[in-house]
Amino acid sequence: MVTSSTPQFQSEIGQLRGLIAEMGGLAEVAITDAIDALVRHDEDLAHTVVAGDAKLDALEAEVDRLAVRIIALRAPMADDLRDVIAALKISGVIERIGDYAKNIAKRVGEIDDRRKFEPLTLIPVMAGIAQSMVRDVLNAYGARDATLAIEVINRDEKVDNFYDSIFRNLVAHMMENPSTISTAAQLLFVARNLERIGDHATNVAEMVYFAATGLYYSERGNPGGLEKVI
Amino acid sequence: MAEADQTRLLALIEMPALLVEADKVTFANRAALALLGAHIVGENVRIALRAPDAVALIMRPDGGHARITGVSVPGSIWEMACHVLDGGARLVTLQDMSIQVSVARAHADFVANASHELRTPLAAIIGYVETLSDEKAGEDRQTRERFLGIIRREARRVQSLVEDLMSLSRIEAVKHEAPTDPVDIVALAREVAGEFGETSSVEVTSDAAQAIVGGDRSQLAQAIRNLVDNALKYGRPGGKVAISIEASATGWLLLQVTDDGEGIAPEHLPRLTERFYRADASRSRSLGGTGLGLAIVKHIIERHRGRFDVSSRLGQGTTASITLPLSGDQL
Repeated sequence: MVTSSTPQFQSEIGQLRGLIAEMGGLAEVAITDAIDALVRHDEDLAHTVVAGDAKLDALEAEVDRLAVRIIALRAPMADDLRDVIAALKISGVIERIGDYAKNIAKRVGEIDDRRKFEPLTLIPVMAGIAQSMVRDVLNAYGARDATLAIEVINRDEKVDNFYDSIFRNLVAHMMENPSTISTAAQLLFVARNLERIGDHATNVAEMVYFAATGLYYSERGNPGGLEKVI
Repeated sequence: MAEADQTRLLALIEMPALLVEADKVTFANRAALALLGAHIVGENVRIALRAPDAVALIMRPDGGHARITGVSVPGSIWEMACHVLDGGARLVTLQDMSIQVSVARAHADFVANASHELRTPLAAIIGYVETLSDEKAGEDRQTRERFLGIIRREARRVQSLVEDLMSLSRIEAVKHEAPTDPVDIVALAREVAGEFGETSSVEVTSDAAQAIVGGDRSQLAQAIRNLVDNALKYGRPGGKVAISIEASATGWLLLQVTDDGEGIAPEHLPRLTERFYRADASRSRSLGGTGLGLAIVKHIIERHRGRFDVSSRLGQGTTASITLPLSGDQL
């Protein structure tokens, strides 16, 4: 890594990265718990997820403050500056991921308790893919692993395809069973939220790629874009 | 203890261990690097362990224990301990509890499943006996015959379930002792095929006159019997069941039981040997299946240091394969 900074400065960057990882850990648990609450129809667990989102918001504010402080006082350059900018952007995205988990948890009360509801069995499978993306992108962030980040970006297509098939499945189910329309509509939103979580994991992956390589992911392999932007 | 001694000592420990000072990982032993990634030394400790409970434990001034999930693979369970050392550094160790937890869960699931399987036929028996005790229903001959038939069938089901459960527990009890009696699989397969009588067509072919393995004769017979029984039950009605034996020069024996039934969908194949797992629950029950047959086969073959495998193509049939090591003096 290109750094020209004091140990004190390195410890602040470490602190910033630690905060991002902590946010990521909370977001992961929020998704897992939200899906558990949905599948088991556990409204208490759903309330815990909704209440837990405040912690993510507080951490995001802390990341903002620390990042601004580092920029203002230390004028970071090169890799350090990329780290700080990536952290600022990633914290916003992880906060959004937490919001989607919260949104799923909020719907638990709106969904009838029917464990045998067939489309409901598809949701955990889709959630599993979205969760694995979030998990791996956080690992990639910790390890500054650009290859793993690209792998996460490529996985987004799977979530999108799954979303399309759940969408069709639910619409067909609604036509055949009009009495389940309100529950099925809620599940459409849940699937939509999971699809968005996958998109946001991809956004984080692009920023991990940026922080690790200095290149924008969209410019990779493009000869004109190969020069480092910072 | 001097710091160099501390790290030298930790390097020797096989469980993942980290030293953390001022929120920074200052040392990780080899197991910790393998588990959490080679990048963690020098990073903020939350980069290494981001689970909320882990973060909370590390932030606590006095250390302690926590159970965290998903450190290695999603769903894995780890016991994390954090000790505050002299001088303020923290020693963090991790222990994989996934196996213990999954064994406990599997045991609980098994008891729950077994009780469910026993309760269903018993409820039917009690229900029909109570109805027959009623004068009106009991005196009508036709109704009585029909109800008695159901009671007989359900009682048989309980009986075979109890027998299968006892077989399983007997096999479990001896699973660590490899059986050594010489058993000729070719003769045994012919014998088992004969048990199914003239009416069903079970054909035995073998490329060797005899194939001796070290084994437990009655258990191996039971394994082959279960496979043939399945092939007859789920094969095409009136179709053929073939047992083929290859005792090739590799030192292994391959026994395959093939039917020409409708096959098993691929998503069921990995779970077929789970206890009480049924690819088609209603069909299995109506044929008197206990859901334990293949679990028993798997346990028997594993005890014989062999492998058991099922392959199937929809519409073409199913092949169950047993591979066993041939006895040394055979070669």
